Amino acid sequence: MVEIPAGSAGAVPSAEVEDVELYHPKSWWTKYVFSQDAKIIAVQYSVTAISIGLVALVLSWLMRLQLAFPGYFEFIDADSYYQFITMHGMIMVIYLLTALFLGGFGNYLIPLMVGARDMVFPYANMLSYWVYLIAVLILVGGFFAPGGPTGAGWTLYPPQAVLSGTPGGKDWGILLMLSSLIVFIIGFTMGGLNYVVTVLQGRTRGMTLMRMPLTVWGIFTATVMALLAFPALFVACVMMLFDRLLGTSFFMPAIVEMGEQLQHGGGSPILFQHLFWFFGHPEVYIVALPAFGIVSDLISTHARKNIFGYRMMVWAIVIIGALSFIVWAHHMYVSGMNPAFGFFFATTTLIIAIPTAIKVYNWVLTLWRGDIHLTLPMLFALAFIVTFVNGGLTGLFLGNVVVDVPLSDTMFVVAHFHMVMGVAPILVIFGAIYHWYPKVTGRMLNDALGHIHFWTTFLGTYAIFFPMHYLGLLGVPRRYYELGETAFVPPSAHTLNVFITVMALVVGAAQMIFLFNLIWSLFRGREAGGNPWRATTLEWQTPETPPAHGNWGKELPVVYRWAYDYSVPGAPEDFIPQTQPATGGTTREAIA
Amino acid sequence: MAVVLILVLLVLASVLFHALSPWWWTPIASNWTYIDSTLIITFWITGIVFVAVICFMAYCVYRFRHRPGNQAAYEPENRKLEWWLASGTAVGVAAMLAPGLVVWNQFITVPDDATPVEVVSQQWLWSFRLPGADGKLGRSDTRDVTPENPLGLNKNDTAGLDDVIIEGGELHLPVGKPVRILLRSIDVLHDFYVPEFRAKMDMIPGMVTYFWFTPTRTGTFEILCAELCGVGHSQMRGTVVVDEAADYQAWLEQQQTFTQLLAAREPQPAD
Repeated sequence: MVEIPAGSAGAVPSAEVEDVELYHPKSWWTKYVFSQDAKIIAVQYSVTAISIGLVALVLSWLMRLQLAFPGYFEFIDADSYYQFITMHGMIMVIYLLTALFLGGFGNYLIPLMVGARDMVFPYANMLSYWVYLIAVLILVGGFFAPGGPTGAGWTLYPPQAVLSGTPGGKDWGILLMLSSLIVFIIGFTMGGLNYVVTVLQGRTRGMTLMRMPLTVWGIFTATVMALLAFPALFVACVMMLFDRLLGTSFFMPAIVEMGEQLQHGGGSPILFQHLFWFFGHPEVYIVALPAFGIVSDLISTHARKNIFGYRMMVWAIVIIGALSFIVWAHHMYVSGMNPAFGFFFATTTLIIAIPTAIKVYNWVLTLWRGDIHLTLPMLFALAFIVTFVNGGLTGLFLGNVVVDVPLSDTMFVVAHFHMVMGVAPILVIFGAIYHWYPKVTGRMLNDALGHIHFWTTFLGTYAIFFPMHYLGLLGVPRRYYELGETAFVPPSAHTLNVFITVMALVVGAAQMIFLFNLIWSLFRGREAGGNPWRATTLEWQTPETPPAHGNWGKELPVVYRWAYDYSVPGAPEDFIPQTQPATGGTTREAIA
Repeated sequence: MAVVLILVLLVLASVLFHALSPWWWTPIASNWTYIDSTLIITFWITGIVFVAVICFMAYCVYRFRHRPGNQAAYEPENRKLEWWLASGTAVGVAAMLAPGLVVWNQFITVPDDATPVEVVSQQWLWSFRLPGADGKLGRSDTRDVTPENPLGLNKNDTAGLDDVIIEGGELHLPVGKPVRILLRSIDVLHDFYVPEFRAKMDMIPGMVTYFWFTPTRTGTFEILCAELCGVGHSQMRGTVVVDEAADYQAWLEQQQTFTQLLAAREPQPAD
């Protein structure tokens, strides 16, 4: 803790990085379509991700209809059901959550929050979006290809993913899925390098690492993780493509398929699982860490109080990021891998609960003795805490190897990961959109519509996923097209399935209200002004709203304090922007 | 203060749902009551944490909600409190992990007197193999699978000739005797899952996986596949019957051995 007495740090001379006319786009095409402005790219990423996310939402309706009313809808046969669950999962995890948090929020917020004019490699940044769009188009192509998209489950486990018993296994489905992932990873790498280098090299003067908002810390750490984790998936996809197209046997042992000996031999299906989850588990935190960072800033701003334990929060993000690379096999306790691994992976997995719990405590302790404004971003933050605590705690069941044995591959797992990495991060995305929409568009989102959206989404998703755990406890397996007559499943479980489906339809419909709000407010929303939430961080101090290309006009901002000077004793207002020199009152930064 | 009320009601509803839910695990039929106990410990610890954190949060929202003239406190950090909370969490985690690892050690340590029982899976059918009089299972290989030899036994291995083969039928097990379930697949991943036994394990082509348990009560139980194995996944069912020793023997004597199976199926010489 450093006490900086008033006036000791004088004003720093103005920034030297000047705005240069040469770099501004000269035509409509380069300004809005093939734009190199991170803010436009962010909007392009977000619109694409949300659009493909809507497809995944509709798929979830279809699969829920089948589970509640098996056999009633004739167009949902077993093939299409497995195609729906596969595409739903893959779209939500990769093409919506990863793309929206890193490509959307990362692009918009990193340059603005660290006081840069743009990403450091704007051209590569532009390419990143267009390559991502191609990946999405290849993915969507699966729906129109002969045989339809793959139905191998989002985990794409071989051998079934490339055999004829699985939809798309011997058709185009699996090929398009693997190709799309490969293209996505290429695109992400271009963007990801940008985010990392911009944070390391593009910060304005005074913006030390330990003065960065936690949003930037979350997105930064998640991007570093993604750059290290995605190559494992890349390799796995290439190898499986070879197995399927060239007849290699990376993942294919000797197999008798429907009575016929295949020409494969010697490969290991478990090798694929290790590669997949070496990517797959960090992926959970690639989605969670940006959410952790953003929600910290939402809580701090709207409770008018500094985030509690900033340094601990930063270290928790970094430690969680590092640990998440040595827990992957907790997805594989019953995979048939050497069971002795269970001791190691259960221990590392439960250790990760400690830094995660510290984050939860610090969010709640930020509320303690705050001045809590129950704005929409704050409501979504509170809902996130409820959902995340619930989903995090059920993770302790599944992480503890022996408890996982009866629960793995049941609906308990489905409920757990939807709660913790589906609903929780999406609640943060909503909160973040209500929070930053005024900066992006210059207008506020409608409050009344926002409240309807919030309560339906929060309570609705809880009603979907909380009871679902108990179906899993009962023993209902996941990925079942129909449960049929199963002795241990009472009729009441079917009633619960109908209830969950009805709630899913309601929650899905509520998202239409949100979409309407996004579009309506663009034209009719209340004028926001430059800093409607009276926040301290740099993006709210831009000379124009929405910020122009180059962000800062003639001169870059200079940072004099950390991002959390809310309610500083003696200050005239309850927030002091990071750009304000320490002339009045005392600032106490939580830096060593 | 609708938010506070709803948060508290949500906690209350969750606890009541847990207490009153008709959906709970199936009555156990194996020795793995330890797994159930570890699960119960985890429910208690996580349940208490959930109620405490959400109720404290609701209290904060109530007590520190914005009113005109309010000002938040300024307290960047509190080292002591943070370390206390971290240590408390570590103790809770250890309280769940320690019994979990002890039971895992039992789970993967097969007793010497366990009888081997092989389960072989294919899309979308369960088959079984029991050792014959010699108490041993013969060698097998996916490459040896033919219509006459559906489980791919090695015909030159004499230990396998007396093995009992049950193709697509039901498996019987004697009550009270530990069994070592050996799992094999000839096509894709499957998972042998009987909810009442609590244990499950994936089956992987190209290798043999295992788990063990002791059936503790007689009855008929449903086998489900718990690893996505293609479009027929949810229809891949089987039956396991746990018998008294005498009934088990009577059933066993009616089953055919590998030798009998081959004799019945191998094409007869033309003359």
